[in-house]
Amino acid sequence: MSDHEMIAERRDVFHAVDNLTKPSNNESCAISVAAPALRFGLRMDATAAAAAGKPAGFDLSQSINSLRQSVADAASGRLSARLGPDEWLLIAETGADAAEALMAGLTADLGDVAHTLVDVSHRNLAIELTGSAAADVLNTGCPLDLGDQAFPVGTATRTLFAKAEIILCRCENVGQQPLYRVECWRSFGRYMHAYLQESAELIGARV
Amino acid sequence: MLLIKCPHCGERPEIEFHCGGEAHIARPLDPSQLDDVQWAELLFYRANTKGVMAERWNHLHGCQRWFNALRNTVSDKILRTYMMGEPRPYIGGEAQGAATGTLSYPAPGERSK
Repeated sequence: MSDHEMIAERRDVFHAVDNLTKPSNNESCAISVAAPALRFGLRMDATAAAAAGKPAGFDLSQSINSLRQSVADAASGRLSARLGPDEWLLIAETGADAAEALMAGLTADLGDVAHTLVDVSHRNLAIELTGSAAADVLNTGCPLDLGDQAFPVGTATRTLFAKAEIILCRCENVGQQPLYRVECWRSFGRYMHAYLQESAELIGARV
Repeated sequence: MLLIKCPHCGERPEIEFHCGGEAHIARPLDPSQLDDVQWAELLFYRANTKGVMAERWNHLHGCQRWFNALRNTVSDKILRTYMMGEPRPYIGGEAQGAATGTLSYPAPGERSK
């Protein structure tokens, strides 16, 4: 038996297991890499944040582990996720050339309030999952309860997916289907994408 | 899977957390006044309680905040969690002779006698 045939045989064994676990369902999960975005890590006192209003269009008024989305203003999408009592991740879906202007806008709006603001645009990338099986696919690596009661639209939290730390956001539904945004470090991007892709195939979702 | 209740985030899976050792250890206000024995005991000696023990925990892969937890070291059951800076609650079932002050191990110098 040649090396090539041996490898082919091993793959066959894997796919036999694959087929056993594959339910015959009509679930779907679309996995895509989100467009590049600007991201800022913001740390500031919670009461000061409540008083700060909406610096540069980012809403900071939400409770811990939830997110606010706005697409109304001309400067396009804004997403702010409160990850802890004094920590926010701000995401702006605008061109990279807007980074300095946005940073200046945030700094100006926050004024004298003590805060730290760090541009982490290039540290993260985002993968979006949508479809009826999206939660099931995420649960192959993430131990959180992603049911509608425990993880409704507007939830965002830092957690783990397999060996990667992620920030998981449940964005507004697209039609009837849930939309999850997974922020992970850029160096984990390929690992995350491959893991999600393989999980979707394993549980039998249409990718 | 063990669920741990983070005071900020609620019940979350155990793998998101990291234990930081014994809680409520009073740091000396003036470390330069300690002799070598006292310094060594502050750094290295811990109560290592069999039973209910107060520990510091960090929600490392969540809100990343530190908090305190009462954990039974025999059953590994986490009985209560509370914010950093709050005094240790006593809930019954503590080991006989457990210290009741904020310092949960013998004062420096006593252990080596």
